[in-house]
Amino acid sequence: MDITATIAALSTFLEHTALSARLQETAWVVPAVQTVHILSVATVFASSAFVSLHLLGVSGRELSAGNVALRFVPFIWWTLPLLLLSGSVLIVAEPARSLPNPAFHLKLGLLLAAVLVTLLYQWPLSRRADFWEATRGRVVATKLIAVTTLALWTGVIVAGRFIAYVDNL
Amino acid sequence: MDLDAPLRWLYATEIAVQMRENALLFPWVEAIHVVGLTLVLGSIAVLDLRLLGVASRGRPLARVLRDVLPVTWLAFAVAVVTGALMFASNAVAYAHNGPFQWKVVLLTLIGLNTAFFHLLVEPALRAAPSTGPTPWRARLSGALSIALWIGVTAFGRWIGFTINAIQ
Repeated sequence: MDITATIAALSTFLEHTALSARLQETAWVVPAVQTVHILSVATVFASSAFVSLHLLGVSGRELSAGNVALRFVPFIWWTLPLLLLSGSVLIVAEPARSLPNPAFHLKLGLLLAAVLVTLLYQWPLSRRADFWEATRGRVVATKLIAVTTLALWTGVIVAGRFIAYVDNL
Repeated sequence: MDLDAPLRWLYATEIAVQMRENALLFPWVEAIHVVGLTLVLGSIAVLDLRLLGVASRGRPLARVLRDVLPVTWLAFAVAVVTGALMFASNAVAYAHNGPFQWKVVLLTLIGLNTAFFHLLVEPALRAAPSTGPTPWRARLSGALSIALWIGVTAFGRWIGFTINAIQ
């Protein structure tokens, strides 16, 4: 199956739905939903950043890793559905702008990686609060996780903005 | 006095010319602007929610301030520099754009709210017991901050949909 043809077909299908037509005919819908999308990205990115900054010893130094995760990680998981919902509305409104767009594909890949790294960090922590502090190797690993997570979310945001500039294939 | 004259001078500067002519420069500057502003929004929200008594309630205000504000100010500096570059690229059109003007008004109000917080709210909070409910002035400042920053984000996005062609 040709993936490019499938994406094009999906894009054309979405474009001709009644919902897409409704979203397009009201001028304020796209900027309003983009605003919600940016506010959601801000919540997820900053929450993740504060976890990373703690792991790098920059902020919240008197707190344990378990405490910081408890404070910020729920904001990531509770906001992610809003992020995906607002993103989906934007896709349905203008499918040809995003679906075939290489910047959008890169954004999705980076988003998936960011979510996986966050799960990789949080999962052992939810079973044992001092998991990442137990050995020297794990402490080093958390620094790597912190830098990777910061880079991935930054990449998601940059790729997201480039959707507006990269020509569709 | 011709208020547009300094804007035209800005428009003609070498950096503004580069912003217009280098096809990759504007998107990169804009992308970094978004990275900066999302960090401003997300980090200041941590402080605002603490002031509203919604989150970080068990944490002394001084520690929240120490963790949050360096991130907020650094990210704000990034947003201001990148924002100024985008403004220069099309200065006259931005200055005459309604959503841009509203964004400037809201940013000015944010500046006043920041002064209000540091001068009138913070000293009382630092003197009071560090946990427990916050006084009404702290709640007001936190609520204003969240509302104004959401407004700044919305007007910022509206600029992209209403800005005139390069003049």
